[in-house]
Amino acid sequence: MCLAVPGKVVSIDDQADPLTGLIDFGGVQKQACLEYVSDVQVGEYVIVHVGFALQRLDEASALASLKLFEELGLLEEEFGDAWEQAANEAGATLTAEHPNSGSEVL
Amino acid sequence: MKYIDEFNDPDLARRLLDEIHATATRPWALMEVCGGQTHSIIRHGIDQLLPEQVELIHGPGCPVCVTPLDVIDKALEIASRPGVIFCSFGDMLRVPGTDRDLFRVKGEGGDVRVVYSPLDALELARKHPDREVVFFAIGFETTAPANAMAVHQARRLGLANFSLLVSHVRVPPAVEAIMSAPQCRVQGFLAAGHVCSVMGTAEYPELAERFGVPLVVTGFEPLDILEGIRRAVRQLERGEHRVENAYARAVREDGNPAALRMIQEVFEVADRNWRGIGRIPRSGWRLSEAFRAYDAEHRFDVGGIRTEEPAECRSGEVLQGLIKPTECAAFGTTCTPRTPLGATMVSSEGACAAYYLYRRMNSPMPQAARAAREEMNPVA
Ligand code: SF4
Repeated sequence: MCLAVPGKVVSIDDQADPLTGLIDFGGVQKQACLEYVSDVQVGEYVIVHVGFALQRLDEASALASLKLFEELGLLEEEFGDAWEQAANEAGATLTAEHPNSGSEVL
Repeated sequence: MKYIDEFNDPDLARRLLDEIHATATRPWALMEVCGGQTHSIIRHGIDQLLPEQVELIHGPGCPVCVTPLDVIDKALEIASRPGVIFCSFGDMLRVPGTDRDLFRVKGEGGDVRVVYSPLDALELARKHPDREVVFFAIGFETTAPANAMAVHQARRLGLANFSLLVSHVRVPPAVEAIMSAPQCRVQGFLAAGHVCSVMGTAEYPELAERFGVPLVVTGFEPLDILEGIRRAVRQLERGEHRVENAYARAVREDGNPAALRMIQEVFEVADRNWRGIGRIPRSGWRLSEAFRAYDAEHRFDVGGIRTEEPAECRSGEVLQGLIKPTECAAFGTTCTPRTPLGATMVSSEGACAAYYLYRRMNSPMPQAARAAREEMNPVA
């Protein structure tokens, strides 16, 4: 959840309160609150953290970051189904009762 | 050459590394504050590409790791109550409380839900007026604008069934506590870029001056980190201690003023406990007087819960950079990501988990990294 991911503003809903827009993160699209970057325009890039745009970012930097995040699987981590991930890892929690399985790598 | 080739611009990475190797003449210890940076450093073997004189110490910048045990226990208690929908970011689910975690509470019938944003929790409160919706508001300054907006909206919309369990922490008092510790070895900081995207850099010059340390605002991509290190080492070699912004594309000196205004309206500075470290004065936020009615700790009367951490876990020392994870006897034996004893093993941003995942069991330098280092710096 520490991650702040750059994305491109696809559309802005001026009627929404707080101000909201659709952001494209390298193919995954999600709504984000734009209230803290309220003069942002469609087509610009912003850094988004837990559903809130925090700053603008230039296109070149944004694309470079996105490529890297994708390679590292971080987009999946950020936007994938968190329950599914937690459940996978909780093979984990369940194995707490089976200490011998502890040396496996996730 | 595995490590270097993985960089998104290997040539630039090589040039930055060459310069760091050429600049560092004496031993220097730098702390990266942000857990995202720690993860990136270990993942890319950056620490092993650096000259031997430059040591990276992992800081406390992982909100999941530093959330204190008693707050986790409060979360577990609230999430177990009938009628409650307890909302959290996904990575808090497996953080161990005293005897279970949120995942277990869910298994036992608690209504625990993972949300991507605090506004998703707010939406749940709107949809379920007959239920109490509680959001686990953890995080550093980066997350605070989102949590502040959620509670601000709740009040504006008159959603009385929404509350926050707040465990917000702030970086500058942590830097101060680390530098004030008698055993402190840190000589310079890579300050967390996205914290500064919100807060700006105004809080740092005083710290740089008082403790005589360079503070370089740094992003968390591998090249950002190399650039941050390059600038910090350059300052140290020149005997300087300034605040430098090596992440100007995302950080402005005044941060994000609109976000800052919202934080100031909703939160007030308070003392906070950090898991493993203990109480740091003025190191966090709590809801301000005007928003106190939205404080889940009071609403559910869990303020009295106090708990102890497992004695064998040394995450406090890890978080303060006093030991490396591999120096903990439990590392990789009784403590693994599947059976974590401390939060630094639970979160993928925690130093113990990062070391474990990338196989730093005895910290051997991988062959590829050693070859790369020798090729770049044959005399080192
Ligand atoms: S390895 Fe486990 S027990 Fe040891 S400090 Fe890290 S989290 Fe704590």
